[in-house]
Amino acid sequence: MLTGLAFYLFAAVVLVSAIAVITARNPVHSVLFLILTFFNAAGLFILLGAEFIAMILVIVYVGAVAVLFLFVVMMLDISFSDLRKGAMQYVPMGLIIGGILLAELIAVFSAWKFAPNAADNIAVPFVQSAEGITNTEAIGRVLYTDYVFAFQVSGLILLVAMIGAIVLTHRTRPGVRKQKVADQQARKKSDVLEIKKVTSGTGV
Amino acid sequence: MTEFFSSDLWTIYGLPFAFMMAHIGAIIGVVLLFVAYYTYFERKVMGAMQRRQGPNTVGPFGLLQPIADGIKLLSKETIVPTQSNGPVFVIAPMLLFTLALIAWAVIPVNAKWVLADINVGILYLFAVSSMGVYGVIMAGWASNSKYAFLGGLRSASQMVSYEVSMGLVIVCVLLCVGTLNLSEIITADRPTWVQILLFPMLIVFLISILAETNRAPFDLPEGESEITGGFMVEYSAMTFALFFLGEYANMILMSAMTVVLFLGGWLPPFGIEALAIVPGVIWFVLKTLLVMFFFIWTRATFPRYRYDQLMRLGWKIFLPFTLFYVVLVSGLLVYFDALP
Amino acid sequence: MAPTELLLNYLPILIFIGVAVVMSCAMLVLSFVSGKQNPDVNKNAAYECGFDAFDDARNKFDVRFYLVAILFIIFDLEIAFLFPWAISLSEIGMFGFWSMMIFLGVLTVGFIYEWNKGALEWE
Repeated sequence: MLTGLAFYLFAAVVLVSAIAVITARNPVHSVLFLILTFFNAAGLFILLGAEFIAMILVIVYVGAVAVLFLFVVMMLDISFSDLRKGAMQYVPMGLIIGGILLAELIAVFSAWKFAPNAADNIAVPFVQSAEGITNTEAIGRVLYTDYVFAFQVSGLILLVAMIGAIVLTHRTRPGVRKQKVADQQARKKSDVLEIKKVTSGTGV
Repeated sequence: MTEFFSSDLWTIYGLPFAFMMAHIGAIIGVVLLFVAYYTYFERKVMGAMQRRQGPNTVGPFGLLQPIADGIKLLSKETIVPTQSNGPVFVIAPMLLFTLALIAWAVIPVNAKWVLADINVGILYLFAVSSMGVYGVIMAGWASNSKYAFLGGLRSASQMVSYEVSMGLVIVCVLLCVGTLNLSEIITADRPTWVQILLFPMLIVFLISILAETNRAPFDLPEGESEITGGFMVEYSAMTFALFFLGEYANMILMSAMTVVLFLGGWLPPFGIEALAIVPGVIWFVLKTLLVMFFFIWTRATFPRYRYDQLMRLGWKIFLPFTLFYVVLVSGLLVYFDALP
Repeated sequence: MAPTELLLNYLPILIFIGVAVVMSCAMLVLSFVSGKQNPDVNKNAAYECGFDAFDDARNKFDVRFYLVAILFIIFDLEIAFLFPWAISLSEIGMFGFWSMMIFLGVLTVGFIYEWNKGALEWE
C-alpha cells in the first residue's frame, strides 16, 4: 500500500515537473524543474529496487549534467524573447524530424516481443539474491567482464567528449601572466640578491 | 483510546512510525544542538588561538551566545531584493539546509544506531553532497547581485572540482572494505598496512572537505574582503540563518563522514579492546569533534588561497594523485590477494 | 532481503526529507512573522557598496567555467564506473582488473591531452 502511494507521489511529481520543464517561461526554472524530474525518477528507481542506478542518476545527472545546464542557461545571457521570434520558421523541419522519430518508434514497438515470463517479473523488483549480493555488486560482476566491449566503448566516448570539449571551448589568450611555480622554487639567493659594502658618504 | 493502542494497527504500523519520527526528531535536535555549539566552540577556539576571550558575556562563559544569536536572526527583517528572482531566492537556503539534514539519515553513530541502513549508504552521502552545489548556484543567480553572482560561480566550480578527488578517495576506501554500506565500512577488517596505505588519502580527503564546505583556506566564495560574503550577500534573517546552519551542519557531516571512512566510526581507537567499555557513540562523537576541531584549526592557521592556486591544487595535484592511488591500492590488493 | 524490506530502509529517508522541508519552511515563516517587516526601496536594492547597480548582474562569464563543468561530468562518470568495480573486484579477478586499467588508461590519455593544452590553467 505504502509502495503504491510512494509510486503515485513520485510519478505524479515526475509528470507535472516534466510538463513544467517545457512550459516554464524562464529557462532557469525549466532546468530546476528538470532537476526535480531527475530526482523523482531516482525515487521511482528505488521503488524498483535499483538502488545503485537511483544513486548514480542523482550523482551524475543531478549533480553534474544539470549543473552544466544551469551554468549554460543562467549565465550565457541569451535573450530568450529574441530566440522565440525566429522559432516558427523551424516548425516544418521540426515536424518532419518528429514524424520520422515517431514512425521509427512505432516500427520498433510493433516488432517488440516481450519475453514470455517478463510480465511475471514486473512486480518483483530486482533486489538482493539469497547469497546477499547487492545490486551494485551484481552490476560489477558482469559489467567489467561480460560486457567489457561496451565498457571500453564508453571509455572511448568519454575520451572523445573530453577532447571535443577542449577543442570547442579552449582558447589561449596571449599576454596573460601565469604563476610559474617551478621558477619560483628554483630562484636562488645568489641570482637575485647582491650585497654591496657601502662606505658612508659615497653612495652605491 | 486504550483500545487503539492495543490494536494491531498500532503495533504493526503506529509504533514503528512513532519510533521513526522520534528517531528523526532526535537526529535533527542533536545536529542543530551541535551546530549551535559548534559556532560557540569555533569562536572560543579561535579566540584562544589568537589570544582573545571569545564570547563571554551572554550566560556563564558565554554559553548562551548561540541561543542569543539564533533569537536575533529570527527577529530580523527578511529582505528579498526587488531585482531578485523571489521563489528561487527563497528556495536556495531551504535546499541547502534540507540537504545538510537529510544526509544524517544514513550515518551510523553506533552499531545498529542508524535511521536508514541502506546498501548504498556512501553513494547516498556522495549524491547528497553533490546536490549541495545547487543551493549555492541558485542563491548566486537569484540574488541578481554581482557579488553574489561571482561568489556562486566560484563556489560552484570549486565544489565541483574537489568532488572529483573526494569521489576517487572514496573509491580507494571502498577497494579496501568491499561494501557500500556505512556500518559495514566501519566494521570491515582492515589490516595495519592497509590503514597506513590509506593515510595519504585521509590527508587528501581532509583538504577536499575544506574546499567542499567552502571553509578557510578555501573560502573564496565568501571572501569578505573582496566579494563581501559571496552568494550570501543579499540574505538576511532566517534565509541567512538557514545558509549558516546548513553550512555548519555540512561541516559536522563531513567530519562524521571522515570518521566513518577512515577513523573507524564507533570502534575504540587503535583497536584497543579495553577501551570498548566506553559506549561506541561516545567514541564516534569524540572522533567527530576531533575532525571538527581540525576545521577551526586550519581556519585560524592558514591564509586564503588564490583562485588559480585552488584550481591547480584540485585538478593538477589531487586528481592525478588520487587516480594514481586508486590504481596503486587496487594493484596492491590484487597482488597480495588481500581483497575483501 | 525481501523487496519490501529494502524499501522499508528508504522509508525513513523519504519521511526525513519531508520533515526537513517542512521544518525549513516553518523556520522561514516564523521569522517572517516574528520579525518586523519594514521594506524600503533602497533596502531592497541589490548590494553594490552603496551605488545603484549599474546594470544587470547576470553577465556572460569566462568559458572556462563551462569547461570545468564538462570535465567534471566526465570524471564523475568515471567515478560512477569505479564504484561497482571497487566492491566486486574480488569476484571478477584479473580480467576485471585489467579491463578497468585500460579504461583508466584511455581517460588518462585525455587527461594528459587537456593538461598539455593548458585547459587546467587558471591565471
